[in-house]
Amino acid sequence: MQKYSIFNLVKNAFSNHENWDLAWKDPTPKEEYDVVIIGGGGHGLATAYYLAKEHNITKVAIIEKGWIGGGNVGRNTTIIRSNYMHDENALFSEFGMDLWRKMSQDLNYNVMFSPRGIINLAHSDAQMNAYARRGNSMRLNGIDAVLLNREQVKEIIPMADFSENVRFPIFGGLMQPSAGTARHDAVAWGYARQADSMGVDIIQNCEVTGFDVTAGKINGIRTSRGNIKTKKVGLCVAGSTNILAEKLNMTLPIETHLLQACVSEPVKPILDRVVTFGAGHFYISQSDKGEMVMGGDLDGYNSYAQRGNLPTLQHVLTEGIAMMPFLSKLKMLRTWGGIMDMSMDGSPIIDKTHIDGLYLNCGWCYGGFKATPASGWTFAHTIAQDRVHELNAGFSLNRFSTGHLIDEKGLGTKTWIS
Amino acid sequence: MLHIKCPYCGMRSQNEFSYGGDASVKRPELNKEIPDEEWDNFVYNRKSLRGKHLELWQHLFGCRQWIKVERDTATHEIFNTYKADEEIS
Repeated sequence: MQKYSIFNLVKNAFSNHENWDLAWKDPTPKEEYDVVIIGGGGHGLATAYYLAKEHNITKVAIIEKGWIGGGNVGRNTTIIRSNYMHDENALFSEFGMDLWRKMSQDLNYNVMFSPRGIINLAHSDAQMNAYARRGNSMRLNGIDAVLLNREQVKEIIPMADFSENVRFPIFGGLMQPSAGTARHDAVAWGYARQADSMGVDIIQNCEVTGFDVTAGKINGIRTSRGNIKTKKVGLCVAGSTNILAEKLNMTLPIETHLLQACVSEPVKPILDRVVTFGAGHFYISQSDKGEMVMGGDLDGYNSYAQRGNLPTLQHVLTEGIAMMPFLSKLKMLRTWGGIMDMSMDGSPIIDKTHIDGLYLNCGWCYGGFKATPASGWTFAHTIAQDRVHELNAGFSLNRFSTGHLIDEKGLGTKTWIS
Repeated sequence: MLHIKCPYCGMRSQNEFSYGGDASVKRPELNKEIPDEEWDNFVYNRKSLRGKHLELWQHLFGCRQWIKVERDTATHEIFNTYKADEEIS
């Protein structure tokens, strides 16, 4: 594989950049693989990469129905954070933060990780108390957290509405300074390029149509490009999890819902943090191109549409304007939607299943992008060793029947309620 | 914007409704031994179908009645609406 470096950049400039190697190949499916990963999104590509790198398993195929990086890894708002209260989520995400910090060097691909910090705004005394508690829990798990008062927040984001007569005055906020953003497409491409270079077959435009399961063991999969034999299959298909689960006669604690995001026209630098509104569900950051990147609530009903509806967008942007009034002057450039695998307690599932050789990675709700490296790393471990790692032991499938839920937001079983 | 035909009030905008989830889920019958698996299926497990989906909505900012809506989860087409206690053939 050609290394991406300043020397190679200069060298290729002499040939008008026409002789760069392809970043990954376009192989035809082989008859058999050691591991087949279904889903060529961030989590699937990362899983294949860590299978090769950490476990030396390279006879691996990634089967993708469309093109790699065309799903949620290309549709999110690029936020990376580990500001969780519960141990399972906190330790898992903080492990991921470390992988994010090393990612560009590790993948030899600039993922533009920008640890600019995230501020969750508080709009009441009660919310300040809740944030103090969450901040303390984070610090006990070794995650940086700073509780800010109103004046400190004003210093950092003076463009927010600090006037006296607002419906939701800003009391303060909880900041995780090490949180940030990254270039989402680069994450998918970086993992794909490295996985490919280590021998992983990335097979695009190939739909999984069925599974060969005999005597409780997986023996292979059926696809639109032929049958593939394998003893181990990892599902990394986010919003399509239920569609594949149906082919396996499984019913999962997952519902598929639609989440929208949007960007404004590009403007000069104004916001150098990620900020979330505490009296609703709205988050914002500014991209390197200058666009304000915004998102918020789910559309609120089961959907596979990958495109949103206007009432939710209007509701979310009303919150945005309440928080930062200058947003009302901006024009909207693009809006889009992705389909989320909403789990019943708001936390993910990375586990084995009752079928021998079938592994499940789903339930990412709003937070799939930031989990990409940690999810790939722990899922690769689970598949390679046929047992869960302590980092994903809590994300079990049977926690719903045993009662060991990780209800981070206290929403209960209706995670789509906003 | 969805337009939902409330069986009591007629065609109304989506903004008047709130969503209540899968309408095909049945609570286990009381007064008998209920295995954990049955409770699991009632509380947590969902088919979340792609395509025709029978779901509950409440006409919250209208007559406040709960209704059933048959809707396509991929195209958002609404085929039919029913009163909550209406038997669907």
